[in-house]
Amino acid sequence: MTDAASPISTAKAPAGWLGRLEGSWSWIALGLVGLLLPLLDDSYFGVIAQRAYIYWILSAGLNLVVGYAGQIAIGWVAMLTLGAYTTAALTAGRVGGVEWPPYLALIAGGAMGAVFGVIVGLPALRLRTFYFAMTTLGFATIVTQVALAWKDVTGGGVGTPGPVFPWPFEPGWGFYYFCFGLAALATWITANIGSSRYGRALVAIRDAEVAAEASGISKAKLLVAVFLLAGALGGIAGGLFSSLQSYITPDAFTFEMSVLFFIGILIGGRGSILGPALGTIILTVLPEFAAPLVQWSTFLYAALLLVIVLVIPGGIADLLDYKSRRPLEQHREIVPRPELLSRVLDAKGGPSVLTLANIELHFGGVRAIDGLDLEICSGEVHGLIGPNGSGKTTTLNVISGYYRPSAGELKLNGADLPFDRPHARAGYRIARTFQTPRLVGAASVLENVMIGGTIDGSGSFAESMLSLPRHHRDEKRLKESAARALATVGLESLADVRADRLQHSELRFMEIARALMLRPAFLLLDEPAAGLSAEEIRRLGALIKAISRGGTGVLLVEHHADLIFDICDRVTVLNLGKVLAAGTPAEIRSHREVVSAYLGA
Amino acid sequence: MFVSIVSYGLAVGAVYALIGITYNVMFSASRVFSFTAGMLGMLGGVLGALFINKMGMNAVLAFVLVMAAGAVLGVITEILTVRPVLKSIEQHLYVLSTLAFALMIQQVTAIEWGTEAQPFPVLIPIDPNSALGLIDQKFWLPVLACIVTIVGLELLYRKTLIGRAFLAIAEDSYAARALGLPETRLRIASYAIAGVIGALAGFTGAQMLLAYFGNQAILNFYGFVPVALGGMGSNRGAVIGGIALGLFQQAANFLVGGIFASVAVFAVFIVVLLLRPEGLAGAAAARRV
Repeated sequence: MTDAASPISTAKAPAGWLGRLEGSWSWIALGLVGLLLPLLDDSYFGVIAQRAYIYWILSAGLNLVVGYAGQIAIGWVAMLTLGAYTTAALTAGRVGGVEWPPYLALIAGGAMGAVFGVIVGLPALRLRTFYFAMTTLGFATIVTQVALAWKDVTGGGVGTPGPVFPWPFEPGWGFYYFCFGLAALATWITANIGSSRYGRALVAIRDAEVAAEASGISKAKLLVAVFLLAGALGGIAGGLFSSLQSYITPDAFTFEMSVLFFIGILIGGRGSILGPALGTIILTVLPEFAAPLVQWSTFLYAALLLVIVLVIPGGIADLLDYKSRRPLEQHREIVPRPELLSRVLDAKGGPSVLTLANIELHFGGVRAIDGLDLEICSGEVHGLIGPNGSGKTTTLNVISGYYRPSAGELKLNGADLPFDRPHARAGYRIARTFQTPRLVGAASVLENVMIGGTIDGSGSFAESMLSLPRHHRDEKRLKESAARALATVGLESLADVRADRLQHSELRFMEIARALMLRPAFLLLDEPAAGLSAEEIRRLGALIKAISRGGTGVLLVEHHADLIFDICDRVTVLNLGKVLAAGTPAEIRSHREVVSAYLGA
Repeated sequence: MFVSIVSYGLAVGAVYALIGITYNVMFSASRVFSFTAGMLGMLGGVLGALFINKMGMNAVLAFVLVMAAGAVLGVITEILTVRPVLKSIEQHLYVLSTLAFALMIQQVTAIEWGTEAQPFPVLIPIDPNSALGLIDQKFWLPVLACIVTIVGLELLYRKTLIGRAFLAIAEDSYAARALGLPETRLRIASYAIAGVIGALAGFTGAQMLLAYFGNQAILNFYGFVPVALGGMGSNRGAVIGGIALGLFQQAANFLVGGIFASVAVFAVFIVVLLLRPEGLAGAAAARRV
């Protein structure tokens, strides 16, 4: 049995999210050092540590943007600038003539950061990577220019004094503990997000955006929430920074700082919290102990960035990831257990029907689909076959909302399904797999499957952030149903393995497990048997058939004629975007045109 | 005032346009957006001032050396930062290799040249009372460079075999390779050309922009704006966009002041891109699922 031979136990909860460094002992050690540092009574160390905390408060938020969501926000220093000037100017009474209490001004700085975090982040929803990187870079440049020019508020090139926080966090060790506490808080809330369904969704957006959409993850909503949080943390870090510096000028906020934040995160490893925290601390502290390096520090940071990008894109976290280098068992067998399906699928939904009527779709001059009618009923396996380029996958993409047809109707139980909204399909319980498996390589198989159930959580982003009860209930339920789905497709022994270590055939079954997380009313399978062995195809066929008997309507795009004729209740044959024939497998097999055009004699 | 807005705006706009073309030439050859465009512009000014002011070379020799340096840097960019990431260009992180290289060069410049803006010498001795001296050369030099570049590129692309090969690579590098075109060598050549154009922008614009390491970030952004608005790969868009940006910026500078000019440019940039991510003249690409 594969189960018994597998070295990995499924009972063990997966350790952390991606960052396998993350045992709580490292946090406890870091916390103790932070708490006890004042005992040294060395104000020089104190200032360095405060700077590290402040940088980390910003980087913790940026880590969600860069490390988790994969958005190249290289100008995030702008949030530090905004927070610093807002706090400083309000405290000094440079705005409206009223001197704000420093703590209130700090909150205003955070709010300012949050607002601009979203404004700067919005383009990420529409723009390609480089464009977005440029907009954040441009924003950082402009914020500095404005700081220079808006003399009334910022003091221009001369600068403005930073706020002095009164008791209990007065300058010195009081302020030290203030920064320490806020850094700990930032760590805690971002770690909570990171290990929640929102964190997994962010990584899915980074590594498998299409699959994320198909799982019902709304990139827009999620990214806005993350930009809000990251902006607020950046703004608060700025407010603290202005107090630490005691006097701020535009020169204090160089683009090089942005690079430092960025590299701290990348060195640590994307999708980890501890790695970037250590990275940020090291980068802040290092120049202090290597004085001759200070002048060259930016050069070294940049060189480091180049090395990371070209040689170790996974960062330190990946280098230390010994667990994932442990060899897996060589000859693994996938043994699905269809009998478990009754606990995975939702039998409550009544019979439903998905109808495509007269769908037309053009790519330039090519008619990819040319007046297609199709009806998929629950409880049936509907085969869609045809030569390459006949429009099978395109049809699937129309149903799952990626393509908008130029004419025709798509209805679920008689009601129109909106086009162009792929992330809305999950809400209708329409799930799918992909011709090339879409996966988050650095996440475990279990976590990959959990992504499929993202929409089924009830806790909000804020609840996850604060680790409230509903967040824990969501996590528990998602983990249980993902484990069940994995057992159903026969991959439970691999639950804790990094997904990019799986064989191709295992990935196909993993995608099915992820799709099952939606308890789908309709399941669209795009060539699930491609690359599978004959025995695996037979098992896959039995699983698909069992899924349909559980009440799900299955649309099966496939080239393996045997599989199609074995398990399909109905078959539609496409040619050049048109229906060539439709009927029962027996009818299709004897259809003269189909045999000559596609099946062969 | 009107005259100074137009002359200054056209000149700055021509520099932006040239940096935009630098982006385009690199992008067409490799589908990589390279952060080194602004760096080339910055170095054009700094190296020019170094050769002429500090080392006492004559302007012609300095010009040749600066162009050569641009070409060499272009080639280094291709080998060091572009070729290794070509296979994984879809992944987010790989945007950063060119940025890292550009920052390294910038930092070396800041340390070796200094962080203060330094004057750039007058290149062509012209009697200010003569007919040619009517308009300061710092205004017409960049415009002239821009015209020469456009005409030169147009001739290269339309009239020569190697230029057609460039176009083939830009259109469909896969098919071009299948036809037996030496894609790698053509890409290196493109980066060398881009290096020359970027350095030319900096060299001819430096009497106005000075020899200043901070020009890198400014040129990187303002050179990218016309490209993004005009559509990636379109030199016509870059020129029109660059000139328009230069004029708009100068007009706003004079009329409402520097802060609002910068903010206005940024706001227009963001709004246009949000409404039309493919640029005003570009065509939307179909999504691959």
